[in-house]
Amino acid sequence: MIIEVRLFADAKQKLGAAIVTVELNEPATVADLKRSLASRNHELGRMLRSCLIAVDEEYADDFASIKPGADIALIPPVSGGSIKTRSTSRFSRN
Amino acid sequence: MNNHMIDIVETTIDHHALVERVRSNAAGAVCSFLGTTREVTGVRRTKSLEYEAYRSMALKKMAEIDAEARRRWPIVESAIVHRVGVVELGEISVVIAVSCPHRDQAFEACRYLIDALKACVPIWKKETWADGNEDWIHPGLETTDRLSEPGRFTVDSEHNPVEPHASGCETIAAAAETIDGEHS
Repeated sequence: MIIEVRLFADAKQKLGAAIVTVELNEPATVADLKRSLASRNHELGRMLRSCLIAVDEEYADDFASIKPGADIALIPPVSGGSIKTRSTSRFSRN
Repeated sequence: MNNHMIDIVETTIDHHALVERVRSNAAGAVCSFLGTTREVTGVRRTKSLEYEAYRSMALKKMAEIDAEARRRWPIVESAIVHRVGVVELGEISVVIAVSCPHRDQAFEACRYLIDALKACVPIWKKETWADGNEDWIHPGLETTDRLSEPGRFTVDSEHNPVEPHASGCETIAAAAETIDGEHS
């Protein structure tokens, strides 16, 4: 399936595009998408480690599945994220 | 401006109007926060800031943090408005206004709302410095090149690649707990 990934901020500027398109085999997860993006574009691969992926406007972990037509976005760290957090294990598995 | 007083706008925010809108006879306290463009950061001078939002998701996350705040404090009225585009020196980029029966509640809810917004809502800012350089501000963004490490994206809940960016909205509740802890 063909997936369009929205880019924002530095990612959009570095890639010079608001959307990149990747092809994924079904069934696909966020981890598959990250691998595909990393192999497709060097700049994106470098940024991915500190970015989140949003699937249908929700932050998604690597286990989350990606269905055809899903609204996918690459979310770089937000501007003032200095709040104390306890553990990344709070990310829920879908 | 919608009925829930949650909005992303491209023009000047009328903070006075927002504060007036949250005032209520049911509230004994109104607390507001204004985020404004600061000129000096360390040794650098800012010319202006530019904000960009993933608008639909940002509005959704703003509604979620508002709902979480209302679950934790007896909020009478609230307003959360963020500006996007270029925001010049001294101008307002974000306004939080909240009314509660008592002042402790209003202070805590206001603090929570701005902290959670900054941590969870997909809005980014770019510094345009006085020297003409521009930088998107992405705390913790990976800058070293570790592209080709085998297995970097292996699925492992204990070593999740999202770790450096731990401020997703699953942490909204954690943020509120942190604030509770600071004030207890």
